[in-house]
Amino acid sequence: MATVTYRDALNQALREEMQRDDRVFLMGEEVGVYQGAYKVSKGLVQEFGEMRVVDTPITELGFAGIGVGAAMVGLRPVIEFMTWNFALLAIDQVVNSAAKLLYMSGGQFNIPIVFRGPNGAALQLSAQHSQAFESWLAHVPGLKVVSPGTPRDAKGLLKSAIRDDNPVIFFEGEMLYNTKGDVPDEELLIPIGKAEQKREGDHCTIVTYGKSVLLAMQVADQLAKEDIRVDVIDLRTVRPMDIDAITTSVRKTNRAVVLEEGWEVAGIGAQVVDYIQRDCFDDLDAPVVRVHQADVPMPYAKNLERAAKPDVAKTIAAVKKVMYIEA
Amino acid sequence: MEALSPTMEEGRLVKWLKGEGDAVKSGDVLAEVETDKAIMELVARGDGVLRKRLIDEGATSPVGTVIAVIAGADEDIGALVAGAPAGAPPGPPAATPQPPAPAGTSPAPTPQAPAASPQAPTPRPQAPGPTPEAPSPKPQAPSPQPAVGARTRSSPLARRLAAERGLDLAAIGGSGPGGRIVKRDVEGAPGVTATPGPKPQAPGPGAEDYRDAPLTQIRKTIARRLAESIGPIPTFYLTADFDLERAAEMRSAMAELGDEYKVSFNDIVMKAVATALAQHPECNAHWLGDHIRYFNRVHLGMAVAVEDGLITPVIFDADRKGLREIALEARELAGRARERRLKPDEYTGSTFSVSNLGMFGIDHFTAIINPPEAGILAIGGIQPTPVVIDGNVVVRRRLRVTMSCDHRVIDGATGARFLQTLRRLLELPLLLAY
Repeated sequence: MATVTYRDALNQALREEMQRDDRVFLMGEEVGVYQGAYKVSKGLVQEFGEMRVVDTPITELGFAGIGVGAAMVGLRPVIEFMTWNFALLAIDQVVNSAAKLLYMSGGQFNIPIVFRGPNGAALQLSAQHSQAFESWLAHVPGLKVVSPGTPRDAKGLLKSAIRDDNPVIFFEGEMLYNTKGDVPDEELLIPIGKAEQKREGDHCTIVTYGKSVLLAMQVADQLAKEDIRVDVIDLRTVRPMDIDAITTSVRKTNRAVVLEEGWEVAGIGAQVVDYIQRDCFDDLDAPVVRVHQADVPMPYAKNLERAAKPDVAKTIAAVKKVMYIEA
Repeated sequence: MEALSPTMEEGRLVKWLKGEGDAVKSGDVLAEVETDKAIMELVARGDGVLRKRLIDEGATSPVGTVIAVIAGADEDIGALVAGAPAGAPPGPPAATPQPPAPAGTSPAPTPQAPAASPQAPTPRPQAPGPTPEAPSPKPQAPSPQPAVGARTRSSPLARRLAAERGLDLAAIGGSGPGGRIVKRDVEGAPGVTATPGPKPQAPGPGAEDYRDAPLTQIRKTIARRLAESIGPIPTFYLTADFDLERAAEMRSAMAELGDEYKVSFNDIVMKAVATALAQHPECNAHWLGDHIRYFNRVHLGMAVAVEDGLITPVIFDADRKGLREIALEARELAGRARERRLKPDEYTGSTFSVSNLGMFGIDHFTAIINPPEAGILAIGGIQPTPVVIDGNVVVRRRLRVTMSCDHRVIDGATGARFLQTLRRLLELPLLLAY
C-alpha cells in the first residue's frame, strides 16, 4: 500500500491500461509534450510515443469526434478535456454520437471510450470555468458517469472505465489532484455502479460523491465531537446509481442529507431524493435536505464564491435540521 | 376478500359454502378462506341473495378485492360485476357484502373505475371523475379523509412506529416543526393504549388479571446493558434434569384405568409448568418495553409443528385445568393447528410457552422466546439414564428441560426457583392433584 496523489493514481491507471492493451490511447490538449495541463499524463508520451499520446489542436468537437470514430473501428480512446467547461463544445459528439451509436446501429457499434477531465469549481476561476456538469451527462441514457473522490477510487474506477465497452464519463477535480490517499500496489479494479460507505453512523445519512466526499468526511469528524454519527455514502458512480446503498443506509438512520457541488435544479441530489422518497417513505423521520451550490453563476469575488459553494457549516446545519436539533 | 387476520394480505378461497342464487343473511358463512395463518370462515355482512361468485375455489385474492356480490334478487349488479375481478380497489364500500339499497333499484355507489378498464391502475378509493349516476337517497360521502382541523402532523416513520406499537398519534405531542410528531416523540411516548398483548378469552377481562410494574432503575439498567450485550432479547438458558420415574408410574397407572385416562408425558409436563407458573408469576410475564406485565392467569402456549412452520395454540387458564382437560384440549388444538383451522384468538394471548421435540428423538435443545413473553421451556425426550441413588447405580427415566429466559424480566435465581418448583411437581406428581 502506497500513499499516492489523486493525480498520480490517475497516471498509474492510464499507464497500466496502456501497457495492458495497445488499443488504448490518450488524446487531448497538451496531454503529450506538456505532460498534461494538470500533469495527469506525465511521462506517458515518453513511454508510449506520439501515436498513443496525441496532442490535439484546441478543437474539442473535432477530437471528441475522432475519438468516437476510433472507438467504432476497435480502438479504446481516452479523451481528456482540459476541463469539462470546455467539453461543452464537444457535447454533440458525447451525447449524439458516443451515447447513441450502439442503439442506433442496432447493436453493431459499441463505443468503448472514456471522456475525462476536471469538473466543478476550483478557486476563483469565475462563472464560465467553475461548473459541475454531472447532472447534464447523467441525464443521458447510454452514458455511464463516474466521479471518484479519493485516489484509490480514481485509480480503480478509471481502469474499469477504460475496460468498459461503452462510453464512460469520468469526472475528476482540480482541487482533488493534489489530495493523497492509500492506493493498493496490486491490480485495482473498482466496479462502476457501486457506492462505498466511507463512514459508519446511525444518526443521519450523507449521500455524496466526487470532491464533496472530502467535505462530508470533515463534516462527519466535526459532528462526531458532538456525538452525532453520520453514515457517509460515497456514490462514486452517479449513473448507474447504487440505489441499494442509499436505501439501506436511510432505512437505518431514518434521515438523509444529499451533498453535491452542482446547482440545485435537476441536480443529482434531486434524483437521490426521488429514490429515497420512493423506496424509504415509511422510514423517513424528516424531509431530506439537499446541500448544493447557490443557484447563481459562480461569482469571481472570493467572499461571494465562498458563500455560493457548499461547505462544512452548511452541511452540518443540514444534518442538524433533519435531526430536529436547534442549530 | 375480508381481512380475517391482522396480518392477512390475501386469502385463498378454499371452498364456497353458498351457491349463486342462494338467499343469505348477515352472519351466514359464505366460504372458507385460507389466510396466512389458518382456514377461516368468511361470513356475509348483509342480507340478500348471493348473486355472483367472482372467484373460483382455489383462487387467491388480495384483501379488499370484490369476490362475490350479494344483492336484492332482481337488482342490477352489472356495474359491480363488470369491473370486479382482480383489481377492485380496497376502499371501504368495496367489501363484498353490500346490503341491498333500500330502494332496491340502482347499484349502490361503488368506487368503480370505468368498466372499460378491468384493472384499476392504482388503488385509489375514489376517482375524482364522474361517479356512476347514483339516484340513491343518500349522496355519497365526499371522501374518507379526516377533517382538516383534526389533522395531526407526523413523519412517515413516526406513523409507522406508532402503528407498530399500537399508540394513538393524537395522544402524542409533536416536537418537530409545526408540531410534527417525529421518531423521538413516539419513542418517548408513555402509556401503551393498545398493546398487541394477550387477549384472554374468558369473560370478564379487567385489570385484576395482571399487575403492571413500573421499571425500577436497576431493572432499566439490566435491560439496557444486557440487550446491548446479546441482541434484542438478552436470553440466558437454565437446564435441569428431572426424574420422571414417578410420573411415568402415574401415567401407566392411569392408562390401566382405561383409554379415557390416557395422558402423554407432555400433558403432565404442561400441567406441571402451568401449576409452577401460578406459583411464580415473576416468570409468567411480558416485557412491554417501558414496563413489565405480570399475569395472574396462566395462558400456556404450546408450539405445534405444522407443515411449513409452527404455530403456538394457547391453553387458556391452564393452571386451573385438570390433567385430563389439558390433555384433551392439547390434542384437539394440535390437531386443528396441523389442519390450519385455528382461529386467531386461539393462538394469541399466551403468557408463557412450551416446546417439545422429544417425539423427534431430541434429548435436549433450547427454544427461542416468543416476544413479548419472558420465557419458554424446551422439553426433550424421556431417556432411561443411569443415576446414583443411595450409592447404587440404577436406571431411571429422566427428562431434560431448558428454560430460555428474557433477562430483562427474569434473573438467574428467579428462573432457577421456578425450575425448582417444577422439579418438585414432576418428581412428586401427586402434588399436581393438590
